[in-house]
Amino acid sequence: MALLETKNLGISFGGLRAVNAFDISVEKGQLYGLIGPNGAGKTTIFNLLTGVYTPDEGAILLDGVNLTGKKTIDICKAGIARTFQNIRLFGDMPVLDNVKVGLHNHYPYSTFEGILRLPRYHKVEKEMNARAMELLEVFGLEEYADYQAENLPYGQQRKLEIARAMATNPKLLLLDEPAAGMNPNETRELMETIRFVRDRFEMTILLIEHDMKLVAGICEKLTVLNFGEVLAQGETQEVLNNPDVITAYLGS
Amino acid sequence: MSFVAHLINGISLGSVYALIALGYTMVYGIAKMLNFAHGDVIMIGGYVVFVTASGLGINPLAAIIVSMAACTVLGVTIERVAYRPLRGASPLAVLITAIGVSYLLQNVALLVFGSDTKAFSNVVTLPNLELFGGQLIIKSVTIVTVIVSIIIMVGLTFFVRKTKIGRAMTAVSEDQGAAQLMGINVNGTIAVTFAIGSSLAAVAGVLLCSAYPSLTPYTGSMPGIKAFVAAVFGGIGSIPGAFIGGILLGVIENLSKAYISSQLADAIVFSILIIVLLVKPTGLLGRKVLEKV
Repeated sequence: MALLETKNLGISFGGLRAVNAFDISVEKGQLYGLIGPNGAGKTTIFNLLTGVYTPDEGAILLDGVNLTGKKTIDICKAGIARTFQNIRLFGDMPVLDNVKVGLHNHYPYSTFEGILRLPRYHKVEKEMNARAMELLEVFGLEEYADYQAENLPYGQQRKLEIARAMATNPKLLLLDEPAAGMNPNETRELMETIRFVRDRFEMTILLIEHDMKLVAGICEKLTVLNFGEVLAQGETQEVLNNPDVITAYLGS
Repeated sequence: MSFVAHLINGISLGSVYALIALGYTMVYGIAKMLNFAHGDVIMIGGYVVFVTASGLGINPLAAIIVSMAACTVLGVTIERVAYRPLRGASPLAVLITAIGVSYLLQNVALLVFGSDTKAFSNVVTLPNLELFGGQLIIKSVTIVTVIVSIIIMVGLTFFVRKTKIGRAMTAVSEDQGAAQLMGINVNGTIAVTFAIGSSLAAVAGVLLCSAYPSLTPYTGSMPGIKAFVAAVFGGIGSIPGAFIGGILLGVIENLSKAYISSQLADAIVFSILIIVLLVKPTGLLGRKVLEKV
């Protein structure tokens, strides 16, 4: 059974059909690419998957559980985490605390215990610190733990966003244009990071990307979106050589 | 010597403003709304202590705890009933609702307690501090007010920086959408913010009424507005800013009363608001917000 499955997903904004009859099936452990020209509806799909928008029709299944119409927070708890096209870290917070926000739901203590600094507060905070440091080490960010997030170099901010998303302990990781604004060196490093996350955490990753080198380099399967509809779907090389896809990207 | 006395009284009044301003600034920082009913929560807090301590005769300290609990419930209820349904509505709609809630609280108090001024008995019964052979007398309530404010300020800063719910509050204030996508319960976090702000308002109410022992349904309105000025002065959204803004405002108000004109003191306070907005709209410690384009 596929980890993520959508059936006939669709949403309209006023008269615009932003996404129509969108079907996708992502297997566990797969690195899956979602590509398409600007305005094709890719980020809209991420917003549907994470509950930011509620679909007009269709269904979203994660590991067989129906997530359609669920609230964002419940979808996060069910195991979908994401990063953003334009980095949305908590810039004023230390790097470590950014990751700890992601850990929030897995380390319980009450507000009351926090105010009074009861023993459980100290114990749980210590565990959170350890777990957050562990994640930062995985991404090679441990030396920046005390930096304010907004002071990190751009490439490291991208990594921190992935670390923060991984802290929510997801089954599925959504990456929205992770290579946007990166130079070729940073992109190469990012590709390694993405592959590493997949291998190390046995993560299933669905990513939106415009950088064809990155897509061709790491994605195993692709779905091409054009005007809200699926234009092509299948093995990466096959799809990239599809004449329809080439036309959609370059014009006829 | 009288200058020192005025200064100390100013710091004391300023500490009360600071406590109220903390409520304004936290709610603004996190929910991005101005809760103009905040001042009236103070008044309700004062009445709760009046009824429980003077009326029912329970221990003043216990009365303060009761008052804090009552104001917490009140603040959370106001948020739930009046503000949460307007999440995502235009800021103007929320602002007008807040003013409506403010009038509602005043009029409910008017209905229940009447319009006559209640004599509030000072809950701080410690002896006054006499310095320099009686030349300088500092009222005990003044000292207690300053100490309580500092403790609360330090505790709050710790709470926001070092606890889970504090981090959630910071995350929500920075990017509500991203916080939600990381699994933060935004509504719950905002409710906790209102709870904390309102319980501080109860403390402020008690200290205010102990220093100026008269209580009417409009008691909270002027300090509430001045605390708002203090929050803007210090940089709205910033916790240390609210504290510094509050203290400075109290000192300026008291010194103007003493040396310029007691009638013009309020005018001077509000002139400060206008000048701050003209010269440094982000306030003393406010962060410059750069719109991404």
